[in-house]
Amino acid sequence: MRRLHDIAHARTGDKGDTLTLSIFAYRPEDFLRLCDTATVARMKHHLQGIVAGEITRYELPRLDGLHFVCRQALKGGVNTSLALDTHGKSLSYAALSLPLEE
Amino acid sequence: MGSQAKTPLRIGGGAGFAGDRLEPALILVERGEIDYLILECLAERTVAIAQKDKLADPTRGYDGMLLRRMEMLLPAIAKRGVRIVTNAGAANPQAGAEAVAALARRLGLRLKIAAVLGDDVLAQITPDMMLDDGRRIRDLGELVSANAYLGAEALLQGLRTGADLVISGRVADPSLALAPLMHHYGWRGDDWRMMGRGTAIGHLLECGGQLTGGYFAEPGKKDVPDLAHLGFPYADVWADGRAIFGKAPQTGGRISLATTKEQLLYEVLDPSAYLTPDSSADFTSVALRDLGGDRVELSEGGGQTRPTHLKVSVGYRAGFIGEGEISYAGPGAEARARLAGDIVRERIGSEFDELRVDLIGADSTHGRFYGNRPEAYEARLRVAGRARDAATAARVGEEVEALYCNGPAAGGGARKHVREIIGVASTFIPRERVPSHCITIEA
Repeated sequence: MRRLHDIAHARTGDKGDTLTLSIFAYRPEDFLRLCDTATVARMKHHLQGIVAGEITRYELPRLDGLHFVCRQALKGGVNTSLALDTHGKSLSYAALSLPLEE
Repeated sequence: MGSQAKTPLRIGGGAGFAGDRLEPALILVERGEIDYLILECLAERTVAIAQKDKLADPTRGYDGMLLRRMEMLLPAIAKRGVRIVTNAGAANPQAGAEAVAALARRLGLRLKIAAVLGDDVLAQITPDMMLDDGRRIRDLGELVSANAYLGAEALLQGLRTGADLVISGRVADPSLALAPLMHHYGWRGDDWRMMGRGTAIGHLLECGGQLTGGYFAEPGKKDVPDLAHLGFPYADVWADGRAIFGKAPQTGGRISLATTKEQLLYEVLDPSAYLTPDSSADFTSVALRDLGGDRVELSEGGGQTRPTHLKVSVGYRAGFIGEGEISYAGPGAEARARLAGDIVRERIGSEFDELRVDLIGADSTHGRFYGNRPEAYEARLRVAGRARDAATAARVGEEVEALYCNGPAAGGGARKHVREIIGVASTFIPRERVPSHCITIEA
């Protein structure tokens, strides 16, 4: 099974309990594929158990990328969370595990 | 064409967080031919932790690595005329400036140091103020600190004194680079287009090695050469806000479109309106071009009117977290580790509002598996719990350690620890209620 990991790279950041997640197609010609695969509905389903709140998607065609702002994603945030990865630094690779829309 | 004719201003990004590596900044100063060095040394909660130090000793409360950084950098910047702008003053920029001045004297250097003050707004915080998540100040525990994010204009006061080193507490990270650009080019604080462009440049520089291949590499897919000697970035910036990013010569790392794109959106909410005290910067209209040879050009981009209110980070005492870990390996490792976790939960679960049980090597980071589930050869149990007092929090580690003799077969390598947690929440305050000023110290 092919995954986003095959066509895209990603980085996460944290702002309080909000996770920011950007995903970029390696090749410009894969940008539309990325857009079709990483819909808000699919991301919400894929990241259930991680992201409890709303997910907003921004499209950045100049960067061949998508940017997601995920609320209530870090169990309260870096300071008070009991999680091991309190920043959510590792979550970019959870997102890249999303199967491609074939 | 016209803007290319003149020499650009070169700003280096020499630290991306409080604990960042020391050597890359020195390499930038010695080999990078930079005019300014910015050092971002202040995470959201760092100020609150430093405030605790200041309460214990009024001559402390600045970043714990400040003097180590400066001992390394001061002789080099004095020799080359590089100016430093840093937020490493943390909760006590004045004490930080005095400590650096004393260090400079000891090193036999004549330097002028400016401390930017005014971000501490704890006295203005009232219980009924709203937080950005809908709660109020009164819903938090005992407050430790409240610091408003100052902007480039506050740092500009320091630069105008001619200081070699400008040291502040809480300022917006991109402002560290925007201030030297305003100072050098005379950009006005209400020229929103230039404030937006300068903010994009500062945003890309302020995390140091995250622009040059740090937090990026994946063997075989996103290879970065010689990451062990990761070089930190600089930006050559022209008067119209066009910039070319590069990195110190003879260092490892890589600057490419991919590294730059990832960093441009890092920790950004709305990319068309990145809010700082200086502007509402638009990153969606930025144009990036790979020039080859670890050089990326940034052009266009812009911004809108800056916010009327400043963000305030409020630190509060949030209790203690206790943790314990123990490993199991070989046949049945995961089953034994899960049994161990169940035992700890049964023994002390009722003493905690929240007790978290993870299996490191299995599901501790994402809480589940994506894709085929491999059979783990070893599993490390981790249990964490939050409590009001340190003694209760310590129970977690004690019970995990006790699994040696009272748990499943062959548990080894137990570790335990307890730490106090400082929570951080955000509120807002009208900017006119946060006047900043600066003082200078001659060494």
